[in-house]
Amino acid sequence: MGKSIERQRNIIDFTLSSLLRRKGKNISLMIVYTVIVFVLASVMFFTHSIKKEAHLILKDAPEMVVQKMIAGRHELIPEGYMEKIGGIRGVGSVHGRLWGYYYDPTVGANYTLLVPQDRKIESGEIIIGNGISRSRLAYEGDIIGFRSYDGSPMNLAIKEILSYDSELVSSDLVLISRDDFMTLFGMPKGHFTDLALSVRNPRELPTIAQKISDLLPDTRPIIRNEIERTYDSVFDWRGGVMVLILSTALLSFVIFAWEKASGLSADEKREIGILKGLGWETSDVIMIKFWEGVVVSLSSFLVGIILAYIHVFFTHAPLFEHTLKGWAILYPEFRLTPFVDAYQIFTLFFLTVVPYTVATIIPAWRAATVDPDSAMRT
Amino acid sequence: MIDLIDIRKVFNVGRPNEFRAVNGVTLSIEQGKISVLKGPSGSGKTTLLSMMGCMSRPTSGRIKVCGVKISGIAQDGDRAIEVTSLPERFLTEVRRKTFGFIFQQSNLIRGITVIENVMLPAYPYGAKHSDLRVRAMSLLKLFNISDHALHRAEWLSGGEAQRATIARALMNDPFAIIADEPTAHLDTKLSREFMEIVARLKEDGKTALIASHDPIVYESPVVDRVVSMRDGMLVPD
Repeated sequence: MGKSIERQRNIIDFTLSSLLRRKGKNISLMIVYTVIVFVLASVMFFTHSIKKEAHLILKDAPEMVVQKMIAGRHELIPEGYMEKIGGIRGVGSVHGRLWGYYYDPTVGANYTLLVPQDRKIESGEIIIGNGISRSRLAYEGDIIGFRSYDGSPMNLAIKEILSYDSELVSSDLVLISRDDFMTLFGMPKGHFTDLALSVRNPRELPTIAQKISDLLPDTRPIIRNEIERTYDSVFDWRGGVMVLILSTALLSFVIFAWEKASGLSADEKREIGILKGLGWETSDVIMIKFWEGVVVSLSSFLVGIILAYIHVFFTHAPLFEHTLKGWAILYPEFRLTPFVDAYQIFTLFFLTVVPYTVATIIPAWRAATVDPDSAMRT
Repeated sequence: MIDLIDIRKVFNVGRPNEFRAVNGVTLSIEQGKISVLKGPSGSGKTTLLSMMGCMSRPTSGRIKVCGVKISGIAQDGDRAIEVTSLPERFLTEVRRKTFGFIFQQSNLIRGITVIENVMLPAYPYGAKHSDLRVRAMSLLKLFNISDHALHRAEWLSGGEAQRATIARALMNDPFAIIADEPTAHLDTKLSREFMEIVARLKEDGKTALIASHDPIVYESPVVDRVVSMRDGMLVPD
């Protein structure tokens, strides 16, 4: 056992010397390799985290939302619809929601304003998200000025800064009282933005949705699972587009790495001949190439993953932000909560480290199976 | 120590460029003696030497090596082993335990230090790295090149490189040294120096097999036996 470990140590020692001897070749290879892993891992981290964030938001979302439609567009829904929907069998509860968007020209950001169901907010007060707090440099006790629908100013005091698991939920959120909301947007009385429903049996959701459509043909029922699926496919699609764009780079890397890894130079072949002549077995020679492959690919892989982590979770992925996030959630800026999926890391490892290591072994095996006396003739 | 029985080596068998490098050589090499294979270029010296050193296999004939123990093979005392039919793995073990090689070119690996080059043959044994370093350093001291231990191999002069190669050949403390045209790239002074080292190895009980057509080698008083070769065959004395 001890001998076998020492043997591996000696072979690794020689491998490291070999790598240092071909510094130029190996460093250029490692840089390209790292960049590829970095890009792929960035897309992967980003897509996965943003999907996770979306799921976090939807976890507390109502099972079904009903919106009124006019000319294919979302309209305010009259209070009277609540009673009609509440009368459908299987519907547990119905409540009206008030929410909307507010564009703040001072920081060029869109806020989401919401009248909360589960907490009471006094008139003249608001609770804001982290993103707004950061961009407006406004904290508890400060006053934020809004411009209402008719141009008149409206000052609201910050009661609290929200802190949620996910910034995507809270970053641009303003919780406001019902009266202030109505005044700010000039909402007609007896109307809601949409209706939120709970059902007694979730398996009946599609049936209830169908019943609502039949009863109120000018409405659109939206089931939570459908939103989740849409989020997933949107972000998967965005991630896929990125990978597709990068596929040319990927392909070039594969060709580059294959050429570098699978071709042995005359010097390398000569060295293998010398080592065999000195009593190294074919398996020892393969072991050197194996360790060479492992050192190059594993270190590039680790550096690439770490850089991608920093890029996505510390610097907000400046390279892909616009493609991956989309226009709707660009402002105020939010920070992604780090979610790393071990399965994805494992997949990336298998697609990069393993093929490269194998590519280095095959030519070494071919060269190492020749008679060692070739060393005597060079 | 080594018995060759009717050894033949044919390259490119069955092709138009078929070539017989060694043609029916029967020879016994004695232990603790210096034997020289003498002959012009193309006479089959290197081919014969590589077969004796278990680097390649003969096309026909048998080679027996005495006094080597191979792990995993039952042996009857110190009886000779026929190496011609051994699988590659065992052949490598025989080569590693029995022979130290000095090639025509110094064949040191460029880019790594002299001491690392000397340690190379011992790496697959699994000995402790620090022990190997001590042994390599003592060999470099023996051949007066310890000052260059940490220099890169390509910085050595011809004579220093040759001495480093000898140190490397002795790293595994082999029974025999096999040297192919060791003085081909050395001047007269360095060639004589080389033969002095061979004399010291002989005093230490090593067997040496040298292929050379250099008179400084085959006319040296330290040499016990000179075997002449021409056209792949032994030339009678």
